[in-house]
Amino acid sequence: MKALLMNTHYIVLAGILLLMVIGLFGALTKKNLIKILISLGIVDTGVNLFFITIGYVNGKTAPIFSKSGLTSQNMVDPVPQALVLTAIVIGVAVLALGLSIVIRVYEHYGTLNVSKIKKMRG
Amino acid sequence: MKSLGLKRRFRIKNIFVFLVVLYFAFQFFSVFALLDLNNIKGVAKYYLENDIKDTESANVVTSIVVNYRGFDTLGEVTVLFLAATGLAAILSGERKKKRKKTPANAMLHYGSKPLLAIVVLFGAYIFIHGHLSPGGGFQGGTVIATGFLMMLLAFEGYEIKHGYVKWAESLAGLTFVTVGLFGLFLLGSFLANFLPLGKVGELFSAGVIPIIYVAVGFKVGSELTGLLDNMMGVVE
Repeated sequence: MKALLMNTHYIVLAGILLLMVIGLFGALTKKNLIKILISLGIVDTGVNLFFITIGYVNGKTAPIFSKSGLTSQNMVDPVPQALVLTAIVIGVAVLALGLSIVIRVYEHYGTLNVSKIKKMRG
Repeated sequence: MKSLGLKRRFRIKNIFVFLVVLYFAFQFFSVFALLDLNNIKGVAKYYLENDIKDTESANVVTSIVVNYRGFDTLGEVTVLFLAATGLAAILSGERKKKRKKTPANAMLHYGSKPLLAIVVLFGAYIFIHGHLSPGGGFQGGTVIATGFLMMLLAFEGYEIKHGYVKWAESLAGLTFVTVGLFGLFLLGSFLANFLPLGKVGELFSAGVIPIIYVAVGFKVGSELTGLLDNMMGVVE
């Protein structure tokens, strides 16, 4: 238990969990479409942080051979970083696409409230 | 009576959401407990140990993104392209409405023109040095798009020339695929590193990695710029 608490991973993990829970709660309870998209963005950030945390090893540095003394022994896991690099860009693209759909929905219905849109016909 | 019913429904929904979130947290921690965090094993170990021998790229993340998993990156750039195209298709159909904006602050107005050059230069620096330092095509492209966002905010009626953006995007995509096909014909696998590798730490090293990352930088930059331009000034 002490080793578990000493591990810095778990401190970061609590923050990640908080981010994900805030995002999930917002996406499930908010009525405004833009607020729902913002919540999804927060969940996205949490997932990206989670990946990076999995790859982190205590006391090691970034996987770049920038100095002559660095060897592969003192570097963190590069694979999650590569995955997150692409995931961030995809997240931006998806968010932009979602916002464009929101713009169209607003033009059509005149409101962003999900439950009001649900009640309308056409 | 009606308001009471609404309130009750709301409460039941919130309790349900809370239970879902609790279950999610439990699952999350149980997955995390399974991981062995202090040893790097498997494919990550291979990448770290053989990166210099295989690609001569100082940045291991870059060599994973562009070389070991280059095909994946090509697919990812395609996803970005599809999202930008889909956004343009959704928002097209009516001309941009001229909207009365409050004029930009004098600081923004006079500062953004000289800053644009510096921002674009910085973006180019980031993607040219993608194999040497923390940076790369995606980051550099995003920085360039930020510069154009600043121009769109600062000047009323600032127009981004769509022809140039389209050409830059197409040429960058074509470069990526052509480099991949050269690898296929010369060495027998798509995106194989057919250029001389050079020495780690130099600007002209790592074979095709800088070429592909510069192409990715142009592609991401032009796509995000077009995306911002499409979203600007659509709604009243």
